[in-house]
This record gives sequence, structure tokens and C-alpha cells, in this order.
Amino acid sequence: MHIGRGGMSAILDVRDLRVTFRVGSITQRRDILGVAGVSFEVNPGETFALVGESGSGKTTLARAVNGLQEISSGSVTFEGNRIDTLDTRSMKPVRRRMSMMFQDPVGSLSPRMKVGDLVTEPFRIHGVADVNLREETRRLLSLVGLPADFAERYPHQLSGGQARRVGVARAVALNPAMIIADEPTAGLDVSVQGEVLNLLNDLRERMGLAMVIITHNLHVVHHVADRMAVMYLGRFVETGDTEEIFQAPAHPYTAALLSANPEPDPDKAHDRIMLPAEVPSLLARPPGCEFHTRCPWAQSKCSTEPPAIVERDERRIACHFPLDPGARPPEQKGAA
Amino acid sequence: MTVLTIKDLNVTFSTEGGDLRALRDVSFEVPERRIVGIVGESGCGKSTLINAILGLLADNGRIDGGSILFEGQELTALSAPKMRDLRGQRISTVFQDPMGALNPVLSVGRQMQNIQYRSGLSRAEKDARSVDMLRLVRIPDPEHAWARYPHEFSGGMKQRIAIAMALMMEPALLIADEPTTALDATLEVATIELLQDLQQQIGCSVLFISHHLGVIAELCDDVVVMYAGEVVERGTTRQVFNTPRHPYSIRLLECDPARQAERTRNLPTIPGEIPDLRRRPQGCIFANRCDRKVAACDELPPDVAVGDGQVARCILAEAV
Amino acid sequence: MFAAASEDRRQWLKPLVRILREPLGALGIALVILMVGGAALADFLSAFEPNKISPRDRFQGPSLTHLLGTDQLGRDLFSRVLHGGRIALSVALFATAASLIIGIVLGLIAGYGPRWLDNLMILLFDSIKSFPTVMLALALVTLFGPSLTAVVVVVVLVNVPGYARIIRTQTLALKTSEFVTAAQSMGASTARILRHHIMPNVIGPLLILASMDIPVVIAIEAGMSFLGLGVRPPTPSWGAILNDGFTAIRDTPWIAIAGGLPIILTTLGFTFLGETLRDVFDPRLKARG
Repeated sequence: MHIGRGGMSAILDVRDLRVTFRVGSITQRRDILGVAGVSFEVNPGETFALVGESGSGKTTLARAVNGLQEISSGSVTFEGNRIDTLDTRSMKPVRRRMSMMFQDPVGSLSPRMKVGDLVTEPFRIHGVADVNLREETRRLLSLVGLPADFAERYPHQLSGGQARRVGVARAVALNPAMIIADEPTAGLDVSVQGEVLNLLNDLRERMGLAMVIITHNLHVVHHVADRMAVMYLGRFVETGDTEEIFQAPAHPYTAALLSANPEPDPDKAHDRIMLPAEVPSLLARPPGCEFHTRCPWAQSKCSTEPPAIVERDERRIACHFPLDPGARPPEQKGAA
Repeated sequence: MTVLTIKDLNVTFSTEGGDLRALRDVSFEVPERRIVGIVGESGCGKSTLINAILGLLADNGRIDGGSILFEGQELTALSAPKMRDLRGQRISTVFQDPMGALNPVLSVGRQMQNIQYRSGLSRAEKDARSVDMLRLVRIPDPEHAWARYPHEFSGGMKQRIAIAMALMMEPALLIADEPTTALDATLEVATIELLQDLQQQIGCSVLFISHHLGVIAELCDDVVVMYAGEVVERGTTRQVFNTPRHPYSIRLLECDPARQAERTRNLPTIPGEIPDLRRRPQGCIFANRCDRKVAACDELPPDVAVGDGQVARCILAEAV
Repeated sequence: MFAAASEDRRQWLKPLVRILREPLGALGIALVILMVGGAALADFLSAFEPNKISPRDRFQGPSLTHLLGTDQLGRDLFSRVLHGGRIALSVALFATAASLIIGIVLGLIAGYGPRWLDNLMILLFDSIKSFPTVMLALALVTLFGPSLTAVVVVVVLVNVPGYARIIRTQTLALKTSEFVTAAQSMGASTARILRHHIMPNVIGPLLILASMDIPVVIAIEAGMSFLGLGVRPPTPSWGAILNDGFTAIRDTPWIAIAGGLPIILTTLGFTFLGETLRDVFDPRLKARG
């Protein structure tokens, strides 16, 4: 089920979004581009994954979509309405429809509040009066598979997986249309991360939720996301159907990321694309294609001309020379 | 030859809620020139084990039984000053956060000089060795990097410098505690390959702790699987990953989404929680979460040898 | 992870037990109970009116009738000390509570509000703090005349900058924490975030500090009354009694002792209690000394 680009019914439509940060002292003020012009859309009921390494701008992008981070240009349209121009007050009704989950399962729960108060806080914030909060607590806890007596616990009395469930319960309390989940499996053990992902998926199916999942764990993406975008230095280098990208990554960075994923199989032959050098600083973006400093396939054109977006079916690739399926680097440069 | 032999090690912490059995009858070996991985989830006792080896247990912890034999020396009976001499010279460590090993106010070169205080080398010789070591861990331009301060390096480089410092004195054993966990995937694989190279060049043994099954599979020769303070299974990496015998190892491997070749929306999990180790259940430690539990599991299971060095603490190990 | 409910029920007893286990904490509690009890039951414990002048009984030494003797106007010192305790303790509690409320509100505003407001308020706190307490007291008394109000205002001005700074620093740290960001993303108002998410997490250490400041407040009241800047005669106050005794300390030392001893005991009692509280709950604060 992938309605691609231009799906008329997109629930979230982000166009050319940019976020700049101001850094340095008063005398040496500089702007850096945290998110450098990103466009994507998410359809109802769809799971969209944002993938990238630390500093790629994926969390900043999520916050910008959620209105927690001011944007410098571009637009965010949610359920047909522009929301990037709204002030805090007009944004409030939108927050009922779009909820966000943060990285730290325990740290995103207010430490002095009991679980019961935490999961029903959305009702109190939005002044939803016609519900019995005690019953809602019971309903939400059972929805995420926690016993009712957990309502009396404090966050520090929960394990990571339990705390994450509380976070999920709170995110779905007001029947949102979309959830943005920032690293939903961060800090969780392998045996627990499946529980959380299954739960999110189950709720997605039951409530018809759209989801944006931000993660650096590619194995997770493979199982949960319909479509995905790979970020590098605040830009999307490749966007498309998850299965297709895993089958045949077209951007060299995607290919390197996929090959860098250690697999729990001692007999696996590692045919790695090693990336030389380190990620450039956002303060000194390379000219031309910003990935050329690390790209094993880079040619002279790459260091001078920024690549245009190449479209291949449903795929969008920011590369002068998109890879053919199964391509190997011309010659491995000195490995990093 | 084995570098480190741990036999029936028991560690207990006295807590407000009673005695906590943090490690129960832990046994395994680290042979010479091999990389042994310890894998386990939170609460499995990995950190306690490392601290017990290094003689750094918290004040309320005690070793009550068992032995830790390192290069023929019994560490549990070693005096604190002797233990201190061992650490950093014969046994060195790398942790998840490299800044724990790096002093922010001293240059990298100065710190590397300090480590070599017992080497008897002249200052110039020490510095030359430091530069060589930095080159070995692939720090670009090591002659100049030598004079720089830790904060001037990126996270991946800091971890490589920490590794260089740990291997400086050519220890017999390197203990690496989740050294790649904070790194991005591309840096993680680079660091693993670096560790592998260095281990071969220096010829030390490595005890590598990680919760990341992929990293363990790729790097380690042998694997020790820990659960709730016990070694539930150990063997070569191939044995444990290809033919796991303990139900916990089997389930843990299943849970890794990377082992699911087919795309699925229903990922396997291990329902339940680890038992409270202050009130350890009578029988098998995994019984309350095990789907193969039988009546006999209410008694302590023996360590069952299932062939050529592979051992599982499960009465069903041979049948599984 | 286990028996969470029964743990909750015992929760409130635990700190008390832990304080009583420390010798200094137990002594502190005993002294505080002694002083508070004496002040509260002043009317029952003493047969004499604190302000009743009786020229015939001037300068009597301690006896069974007058446990602590009498002063230069023949007033019963035991009664005056007990009633003086009421003044001292109520000023201490009221002034401390006022400092806490004002300090918390200002600290939250400085920590959560815009940067320029924060800078402005820090400047204000620092300027108030740089004023010596005695000068501040003299200036206020010159403006308003000696009174209990002057004492309270001095205490508040002395305490608030420090309290507000502590709250501000912690608020700044929590402002960007994930649970606050999560509340923002749910649409919570600033007032709600401050009240429900930040305040409960920042006031704990401050309450401990405030309990350690109570002896300072008592000393300020006594000091100002001693100097004639606080309580107006004939209202009994430990500082005033001390002053009465001071002039004739050679001939009638019991008056100065009657005024000084309760100050020492109360100060010690609250200090021991406060320090034990701090050690039990927040060892990190030790560094502040």
C-alpha cells in the first residue's frame, strides 16, 4: 500500500522545509542550516521512516513539523491546513490530532506525576470534560497492555519498556490522526523493542493512524515502515518505498548505511562499502554534492555541482549518478 | 593457554531490600588471542562482572565464592595496590563514553606519556610510541593530533584515541564495555574492524561486552550469553548463533529484527520480566519466561555440555 | 517493581526515622519541639503576664516563683522568653514562607521566561544581595520606622535573591528536558508546565535550604530587636531581653542569659535539623556549606 508522491489525500505534506540555527557570539554570528530544504508527504494509515545518523537533522525536522521548532522557510500542511504559520494558541487544536513521542522512555515522563495522571494529562490540557478520567486511565492502560494498578506508579518505578507503553498510551489518548515517534526503541532491550513496535503497529491498524518514525536502526525500519527517507546533513538523499530501497539502494550513502549494518550472523560475508573520512560539519558544508567527500563513486562533477533530484518511479534520489542495483564501489579507497 | 579463567564466581550486594545475588556461579574462559563477547540485556550482570574482574565492586558488593584467575594470578585474593598495578598495565578498559578515559584539560600526547610512566622509556621514546599508536588507530596527521586536546576530536576519533591509550601498554586483556554503542552505524563498523586489526597486531585477548548481537557476531570468536546474573550459555560464536541450546539464547536471537529475513509487522518478543534477584526463584532463572518449562525446571539446572565446548545451563539443552 | 502500594504507605515515616537515627537530627528535633512547644503553650506554662510591670520585684534572681528571674521593670523573664519565642518563631515562619513564595515565583519566571527578563532579574537579585544586611535594615527602618514588618521585609530581601537563583538554575535545566518538551507538544500552557511539571521537581532542595535558613531569620529578628530596629517595647522579644540584660550584665547576668540562651538553643535546633535533612535527602547540597 503505497500511494506515492502526489497522493491527493496526504495527511501531512511538508514542502521545502528549512530550519536555521543561529550560532556563535554576537560579533561572529552565523546561521547554520539544520534542515536544508526537505519535502515529503505522509498518507493516512501509512508509516514513514526518517533514517539518518546523529546530526543528520532528523529530530530537528520532526520538531519543526510538530511546531516545537521554528522554521525559516517552507510549509507544513496537516489535514489540509497550513500549520507552520499558527501561533501557540491556534496550534493547540492541531496538537490533539498530531502527537509526538520522545526518545527517552522514562525521561519524557514527568518524574513527580503518577502514571494515571500522565496518561490522562491530554484530557486535562485540552479541557475534555465529558469523560471519566479514572475509566480513561483503565482503558488506556489496558490498550497498551499494562495492568490497571500501574496507574499508581511513578515513572522511576517503571522499566524502559513499561515507560514506553505509558508514552504510547498518552500519545493515543485523544485519538490522534498521526503520531511522530522519535527513536521509539531507543534505550530498550531487543526482547522488549518488538513489544513496543508491535503495539504501535497494532494501534496503527486499529485506529488508522499515520506514523512518522525517526530512527537510526535500519533493521527496525525494514519491518515497520512503508516508505522511508534517508537524511544526510539536513537533506533527503533518497526517498521511496522501504522494500525497494532495501532491495536496491540508489544513493551511495544509502548503500553504505545498509552495508554498514552489522548482522547477527557469524557466517555472513561482509561486503562493506566503507566510508572514508568523517561527517563534515554543518558549518562547512562541502560544495557540490555534500556527500562527495565520502562517496566512493564521486566524480569531478560531484564536487562542483549540487545534484538535482532524480525520479525513478516512486523513488527520489539526490545524486548525479544513482546506483544500479547491486553496484559495487569502483575501488575501495583507504578505509576509514 | 587461557588469559582469564572465571570459575563459579558469585557476587552479592547487600541492599535495603535484602541480599541481591548479582552473579551466580559464573564460569567462562578467555583464551589467549581470542575475542570473547558477553551478550545480555539490562540487568544481566555484565557491569557487575567487569567490576568484579577489575576489583572495583561497589562498597556494598562482595565476592562470595569462586575464582578469577588472570595470567595464573588469583584476582579475588589480590591486594588493592597490586590490583591497581594490574589495571591499565596488564588489563585495560574501553568504555561506552570515551570521555571517561580522557582528561579534558590535558593534551592527548601528555596523557599518553603519563600512561607509560612505568615503561622506563625516555620522553622522546614515549612520544614516538604515542604517535605510532595514534597512527595505528588511524587518527589523521598523528604528529599534530598528539598535541591537541580531547574536545578537538569527533566522537568516533575520541573513541579511537581511547582505544589507542588502552592498548598502549600492550595489555594481556582488553575489556571493552559497549565501546561502539554511542557511535553511528558507519563509525561502529569502522571501530569494530579497527579493534579486530589491533587485537591481531598486539596479540592481546579481548572481552567485549555488548547488547548488539550483530556486533558480537561480527567481532567475537566466542560468546557468553548472560541472563539475570547467570551465564546461561557459552560456546563459539558459530555454535551459539547457529545452534543455540538455551531457550533464552534462542528467543533472544529471534527477537533481533535483523534475524527476520522476511519483512514482518509482528516481531517476536520475550514476554515477562527478569526475576527480582533479592528473591531469586528456586529453580531455573529463566523458568518464569520460558515456553518450554517442565516440572524439573523448578530445580537448579546443571551446566550441560552439548558438544565441543558449548555449554548451556538448561536441563533440556540436549533436546532443544 | 514489587509491593509498590505498601511502600507508599510507609513513605512518610521513612524520612522521620532516618532523621531520628542521626544523633544531631534527634537533638535538633528535641530542641525544636521544646522551643515550639514552649511558645505555643506560653499561657499555660507561666503564671505571669509577660508585660506586667511590678517595680517591687525588680532584678530578682532565678527562683521557684520566677524560674528565670525578673528584669529591671520586675517582669517575669520566663514568661517573656516564652512569649518572645512566639514572636521569634512566627516571624521566622512567616518571613520564610513569604521568601519561599516570592523566590519560587521569581525564579520560575527568570528561568522559564525570555532571556532578557532573566538577565534583568539576575541583575536585580545581585544588586540586592550585594547590600550588607545591616545597612539594608537601617535603611528600611529609617523609611518605615522600627516594626515587625521591617524585620519581615529585611528577611525577605535577604532570602529571596538566593532562593530565586536556585529555582531559576533548576528551571533552566528542566526547560529543555524531554518531559517539558513533551508537555509543550501536547499543547500544555506555560502556567500548567510551570505548576505541574517544573515546580514539583525544583522545590525539594529549596525547602531543605529554607529550613536551614530559619536560624538565620531568628538571628536577624533578635539582632534587629537588640538594636531597637525590630519589635517595639514592651512586646517581648529575645533580642530585646538580651539588650535589657546587656546594660546590667555584671550585676544581673541572668537577664542576658534568659535572652541569649533561647536564641542559641533554637538556632542550634533548627541548624541540626536542617543539616540532617540535607544530608538525608540531598547530599549534593553539602558543597554549598
